[in-house]
Amino acid sequence: MSYSSGEVILTSKALLRVRDLWVKVENTLVLKGVNLTIGEGEVHTLLGPNASGKSSLLMTIMGVPKFKVIKGEILYGGVNITKLPPHERAKMGIALAFQNPPRVNVKLRHLINRLKAMYPQDKFTVNYLNVRYLFDRELYHGFSGGEAKKVELYVTMLQSPKLALLDEPDSGIDVESLMSIANFINKFIESGMSMLIVTHLGSVLKQLNKIDVAHVMFGGRIIYSSKSPLSLLKLIYESGYSGLVKLVGDSIEEGLN
Amino acid sequence: MKRALTKKYDFGELKKEPIDESSIPKAIKGKMKYVGIELEKGSGNYVQIDHSRIYQFVSEYLRSLGVIVTSTTEAYEKFTWAKEYFWKALRVNQDFYTSLTHSYWRHGYFIYVPPNVKVTQPIQACFFVASKGVAQPVHNVVIVDEGGELNLVTGCATMSNEGLHVGVSEFYVKRKAKLTFTMIHGWAPEFEVRPRTSVIVEEGGTYVSYYVNLYPVSHLDMCPTTYLHKLAKGYMTSILLGKKRSFMDIGSRIEFLGRDSRGEIVSRSIVRDQARVIMRGHLIGRAEKTRGHLECRSLLLSQRASVTTIPQLESYVEGSELTHEAAIGRISEDQLYYLMAKGFTEEEAVSLIVRGFIEVGLVHLPPQVRASLRGVLRIVEKLARG
Repeated sequence: MSYSSGEVILTSKALLRVRDLWVKVENTLVLKGVNLTIGEGEVHTLLGPNASGKSSLLMTIMGVPKFKVIKGEILYGGVNITKLPPHERAKMGIALAFQNPPRVNVKLRHLINRLKAMYPQDKFTVNYLNVRYLFDRELYHGFSGGEAKKVELYVTMLQSPKLALLDEPDSGIDVESLMSIANFINKFIESGMSMLIVTHLGSVLKQLNKIDVAHVMFGGRIIYSSKSPLSLLKLIYESGYSGLVKLVGDSIEEGLN
Repeated sequence: MKRALTKKYDFGELKKEPIDESSIPKAIKGKMKYVGIELEKGSGNYVQIDHSRIYQFVSEYLRSLGVIVTSTTEAYEKFTWAKEYFWKALRVNQDFYTSLTHSYWRHGYFIYVPPNVKVTQPIQACFFVASKGVAQPVHNVVIVDEGGELNLVTGCATMSNEGLHVGVSEFYVKRKAKLTFTMIHGWAPEFEVRPRTSVIVEEGGTYVSYYVNLYPVSHLDMCPTTYLHKLAKGYMTSILLGKKRSFMDIGSRIEFLGRDSRGEIVSRSIVRDQARVIMRGHLIGRAEKTRGHLECRSLLLSQRASVTTIPQLESYVEGSELTHEAAIGRISEDQLYYLMAKGFTEEEAVSLIVRGFIEVGLVHLPPQVRASLRGVLRIVEKLARG
């Protein structure tokens, strides 16, 4: 079954509820009334063309100050977190793996030690994803695309989050890295972590053990949601996003005016 | 000559008042600790308070190997061979302050390490100004003989808010010898500090220097120069904290005189309040197959402070590869937001970034020295936050 917005109701309890969210960055409107519900233990994915608002949505849920909420709210575990600073949301169990993390003047080892001290380390130790050789480097200084993706994913999971927001963990990497990243994510899916994954071309989706719902973003809002993510992906590959937009048709035209 | 100085300072007299460790007041020892000097930890110590109160010590073991720790005045008098090392790396008339120190010499440390002797537990030296308005022009000489190794840790501190310290230092690192030199400056807002340093590294030798400036000064200018001969290596790191109304013109220079020599200069500064900081780096290539790199970075954290970086590359020969990078900026918002998203408060994020910014150059130093420097860096981090 498919739905025209992010309000897909599954049987489990709602962990994250985004209601009519409108967000500005500097003076540009990037989210125009987003509605989304993620239940506990669910894995959702976000598809959509560039600049459709996917990263903006993740950044806003995390609370990065650049993204200003001008209308709407974000509820997490029943608590309204719309005005909370990012570090408090992190402490509550939300973690974001950045799509393009900035260079940071901190040694990776040092960041890892601080994170391990700040968050309860889970029953099983987080797999190093083969990035140990980068531990003494300054974070993201001169890292290749693949190295940056793995490191970012690794440090994000060190936070033992309840809700992991992964922004394109599969872009700019080779096939082997894709497999190890997918296996890494699957381990956490198995343990019951909720996730919202933005994917680039859907590469990682086919390797994941479970995806409950796929949403398509376009022009700052979620225009389509489906409980059959792989069929949706197939549709997009065949007709492109414009094909999907045509399918959803009138509701989009209305929304854009 | 003294009349040429901008202020009237007390130059005292040239005499020696030997003191022992127990007579150094606790308050002075406390300040010394801030600049990394803990007398119990040195395998040799040289402490000079004002003009003439000198405490010198070298362990039985090092003494038996022929290591010498004394004042330059005493060495000049006692050892005829020592005279060869005075005013050879530097000229008397290099500038006003070198001439001043030649005319008004008030001791300084003389350290000699014989061939193949390794002094791993550091020898420490400390200049302390206890009385008001003192001028402390000192001449230091260090010789590490062939195949020898010396870790020298020095610190400067004061109880008086105003004074003048001129440190003329000549370091001789002989063939295949190694000298690591750390200097922590903890002066005061009305203090004038003029170090003049020259280091000669002979074939296959290594020189590592690590300098930290902790406190505001009225005027601090220095540009230590390292001369590298064939196959020699030099690494010079400076960490500068510019605060209040400090004026600091701090540089490092490496001159590649022999082929296959390697050198690197790294300077990082954090500048705030109304401080004015000039960071210089100068690499001069005079031999083939030499490689030098210079990095100058500054975090400028206030509207009324200023930073100027002056990286300079000079080459007189084909085959000398010299590179540089320089950058001045604030702590970027993107970095802050990234760390905040990982769970750090803004304050914690700034701390992490400042700490990461100043933690450079430690890799060239031995573990014992590194450990005590981490404590100093924690102080820098705290003071950097204002």
